[in-house]
Amino acid sequence: MGRLILRVIALPPFQTLIDEHAAEVMAVLRGAVGRDGAEDCFQETFLSALRGYPQLREAGNLRGWLITIAHRKAIDHHRARGRAPVPVAEVAEVAVEAPEPDEDGVWLAVGALPPKQRTAVTLRYASDLPHAEIAAALGCSPEAARRSLHEGLKRLRKELA
Amino acid sequence: MSMRTSIDRLGERAAAEGLLDVAYAGADSPFGPLLLAQTPRGIVRVGLPNQDAEALLEELARKVSPRVLEAPARLDAARRELDLYFEGKLEHFDLPLDWSLSGGFQLEVQRQIDRIPYGQTRTYTEMARRAGNERAVRAAGTACGRNPLPVVVPCHRVLRSGGGLGGYGGGLPMKQALLQLEGVLDERPGPSPRR
Repeated sequence: MGRLILRVIALPPFQTLIDEHAAEVMAVLRGAVGRDGAEDCFQETFLSALRGYPQLREAGNLRGWLITIAHRKAIDHHRARGRAPVPVAEVAEVAVEAPEPDEDGVWLAVGALPPKQRTAVTLRYASDLPHAEIAAALGCSPEAARRSLHEGLKRLRKELA
Repeated sequence: MSMRTSIDRLGERAAAEGLLDVAYAGADSPFGPLLLAQTPRGIVRVGLPNQDAEALLEELARKVSPRVLEAPARLDAARRELDLYFEGKLEHFDLPLDWSLSGGFQLEVQRQIDRIPYGQTRTYTEMARRAGNERAVRAAGTACGRNPLPVVVPCHRVLRSGGGLGGYGGGLPMKQALLQLEGVLDERPGPSPRR
């Protein structure tokens, strides 16, 4: 019989995860749930990560792990709000007031996409995740993830043209 | 809302939910920056200016808990007492200690070090005897060197039998300065401990 091999994984101090990935997690969440919901989701994401951290068996992709949790929190957020997309009136109002409409405008448009497209676009461009990981985060096939991404981008181009 | 505010709030919420196993912060000292780390039980690590803070945090993650967060507000009491000590206005630290990083004979020696009064010195031989093994002088010396809580647990008060300063994790100039602060050494160069 095979021997039981205990692999000792050295988890870095949790603070390094915050130092290295907090800004990106926040950007992902702003894209996924909008500016207002992002702060709550950010707190929930890192508290949840902190809770499970000592039991983590794999320290190879901590960034991907955090992004996946952030995605789950974003989905919870939308469910709690009856999965309503950001109302159009609200988008227009903020966009007019925003001093730098360029980047914010893009994210607001992303925030107005249907949930799956929004998540696919956010994970691809804010987090640079490959299709396979986006599919895993969405709980669908890579083919479906690719389609969501494609549809989302098509819609964005139209919105921002 | 700024990123800093979000992260500070996260630290507070983590503490409130019992998820902040090791809180740490930097602190100023006349010798350079210190690292202070604390668990819910007490101060668990003091890092001296010449020690690698990153390595100390990794050690805490490995030996205590990986839930290590920078949370300066939680170290306020420790920072205040250390400030007063360095100003010569505090002779006895009143901070709860967490000995998680120590054990066995070393812990026994370190507990004895914690009982040496301000402004007094002991020898490595005496510390070995007080810890229950008079012949383990070398091990007592090692235990002083591995003190996880220097300054707070005053290993700088332990000297060689002949009156020599012995060693110090923070460097001999720091040991000398702490002994001068406590009035044990004259300000003259060259150690001449008063016993």
